Amino acid sequence: MRIESVKLRYFAWVRERIGKPEEEIELPAGITTIADLMGWLSQRGEEYAHAFENPKIIRAALDRMHVKAETAIGGAHEIGFFPPMTGG
Amino acid sequence: MAATIRLQRERFEAGREVAQLSGGRNDIGAIVTFTGICRGEEAGRPLIAMTLEHYPGMAEAEIARHVEAAEKRWPLLGVTVIHRFGRLTPGEEIVLVITLARHRQDAFAAAEFLMDYLKTRAPFWKRVETAAGTDWVEAKDADNISADRWAPAPNRQAAAK
Repeated sequence: MRIESVKLRYFAWVRERIGKPEEEIELPAGITTIADLMGWLSQRGEEYAHAFENPKIIRAALDRMHVKAETAIGGAHEIGFFPPMTGG
Repeated sequence: MAATIRLQRERFEAGREVAQLSGGRNDIGAIVTFTGICRGEEAGRPLIAMTLEHYPGMAEAEIARHVEAAEKRWPLLGVTVIHRFGRLTPGEEIVLVITLARHRQDAFAAAEFLMDYLKTRAPFWKRVETAAGTDWVEAKDADNISADRWAPAPNRQAAAK
């Protein structure tokens, strides 16, 4: 089986809580959706648990497009996690 | 249609951007410009500065998608969107939207549509500095605003006619 490597990018307070702007991970078997990935990440340590403590408010982007939590990751190269946007 | 999208640290001048977009043309009947400015107060406290973080690569692409959507909806003759990032101080400009059209209704509606989208969909995050420290700005109606459920704005085009 091919091991999928994906770049994760974090922004605003998600980045601050995790303590890094980005990292490369190998997608574990059984993790197929954005929601699965958030659940898996939140078990990686206190900083991740803190960042994803309220996954409902976390927004995600798959290859730089907004997606819903139930979206399948598929062969994405880059996944971004961030709080609701406050630009404009 | 001429569309310019820029993300930059530097300040901008709305007048210069309008001149650049509309200069030498005689097909334009309406120019609408919106400039968002950094206020000097946050939750009743004087604001020292505001820092805007963005998602490079995605922010440009997302704004371009909004501009395309606006173009499909209204007969526009030109659009400029500039969004700043980095640290800015009160009184400085944050964002600029310029829309050109033959008629004012289309230019007004498209500018408002673009700003509504920029606020809820463009990946930018504001952090404010006050005497009390620094804090991320919370999205308004954070519980309700959901990118997934963001319905297109009411049909302003039809309403304007």
